[in-house]
Amino acid sequence: MKKIHIHEEYCIGCRLCEINCLVKHSKSGKIIKAFKEEFPRPLSRVHVEEKGYLSFALQCRHCEDAQCIENCMTGAMHRDEKNGAVVCDETRCVGCWMCIMSCPFGVVQREKKEKRIASKCDLCGSDGEPACVVNCPNEALSYE
Amino acid sequence: MVKTKLAPQLEINLPIVFSAMSYGSISYNAFRSLVQAAQEVGTYCNSGEGGLHPDFYPWGKNIIVQVASGRFGVHPDYLRVASAVEIKIGQGAKPGIGGHLPGEKVSSDISRTRKIPEGSDAISPAPHHDIYSIEDLERLVFAIKEATGYEKPVSVKIAAVHNVAAIASGAIRAGADIVAIDGIRGGTGAAPQAIRDNVGIPIELALAQVDERLRQEGIRHRASVVIAGGIRSSTDVIKAIALGADAVYIGTAALVGLGCHLCQKCYTGKCNWGIATQDPYLTKRLNPNIGTRRLVNLLRAWGLEMKEMLGGMGVNSIQSLRGNKEHLRAVGLSREEMQILGVKLAGEGW
Repeated sequence: MKKIHIHEEYCIGCRLCEINCLVKHSKSGKIIKAFKEEFPRPLSRVHVEEKGYLSFALQCRHCEDAQCIENCMTGAMHRDEKNGAVVCDETRCVGCWMCIMSCPFGVVQREKKEKRIASKCDLCGSDGEPACVVNCPNEALSYE
Repeated sequence: MVKTKLAPQLEINLPIVFSAMSYGSISYNAFRSLVQAAQEVGTYCNSGEGGLHPDFYPWGKNIIVQVASGRFGVHPDYLRVASAVEIKIGQGAKPGIGGHLPGEKVSSDISRTRKIPEGSDAISPAPHHDIYSIEDLERLVFAIKEATGYEKPVSVKIAAVHNVAAIASGAIRAGADIVAIDGIRGGTGAAPQAIRDNVGIPIELALAQVDERLRQEGIRHRASVVIAGGIRSSTDVIKAIALGADAVYIGTAALVGLGCHLCQKCYTGKCNWGIATQDPYLTKRLNPNIGTRRLVNLLRAWGLEMKEMLGGMGVNSIQSLRGNKEHLRAVGLSREEMQILGVKLAGEGW
């Protein structure tokens, strides 16, 4: 399975990955509309962690032995058969946050849409390379 | 096939070599970009006077190491790992004066590479304190040849000044296999502006004089001539080769390829592009893989342009152009300049 690899030595903390992830997961897919006209604002599924000069963009690691899948009581959190990504089926998610409790990386977030759901990296579906990887200006993320 | 036993040689796919920029003056990532690009293109990268970080030893086959007046980081492994050793006598940007790496740039890694205390200014003296004559230079050249088992060529880098032809001749007689001449427009991270802009002579004039003098003395075949200082395009390379150079060094052009904007603030150690800095916040701005791609692209483009120009001249190999001043014509130069360059006025025939 292809995964997003982090090269923290080249991450400059510009957070373009966050912006592009947010836009990619917005309804309009347009940067201005996503930030100014969509309420609630869509969430970025990648977050730049920073301490001193060390920074890196962290998103779901799509663990082989995923605790979030183990602990999901409705079976909403499941593994995508096509690309092997751990994804959340929003129709089945009831917002119990067991995935948030069990995630060792802290990359699942609460999102309020029509109802409370868990929001996390979905590797941008099957649209080739994820938006964060494509738009990283310093190649600090790679998809391989 | 040549049956004669030759002195150790360097083989390059393109007559362009990355000039001496030390690890210290430029960042780890910038140096890594240069060595990786040199390996990919099949040319060499000069380590500069700041020693060689052990991480770069695997690229030794594409590295020329430098022994300068400060002798920073010079030890047996350093000499052994490289494919050639260069003795730096002078530098085009600051002939007659030594180097000065500000203490802000001397981080722990650089202090280990250079074998100097962390945070201290790295000052290279103006002269080599063991070289005050050609005979002294000969002793150092042969000391290095002994240390490397006569397997690696030894280069001597001198600045282009008024008596450069005599100095080059002396260097070759002292046993140098390569003479590198650095002209007045050579770039630098730290040199007094008055010296940088006023001391030295243009490289074209120096090169033509050196080539002519070496031919007259019958020792041109004993060494290669590499020139540096102000090589900014493929046309400069072609002109340099036609004036008698075997190859050219590029420094500033390579850094521009890496993203340098020539803001001339290298001496502050706060390079915004992560090239001439050691600040960990800034160095990570340069991804060496991207840098390598850019440098390879630069050299490839120059190589293709040079082939186009050779085709235009009707020359089928770069060796046929070397020292072939008949392919050059001057426009707007005085008679004395043309005489020194050995170039005819545009319009004059064979």
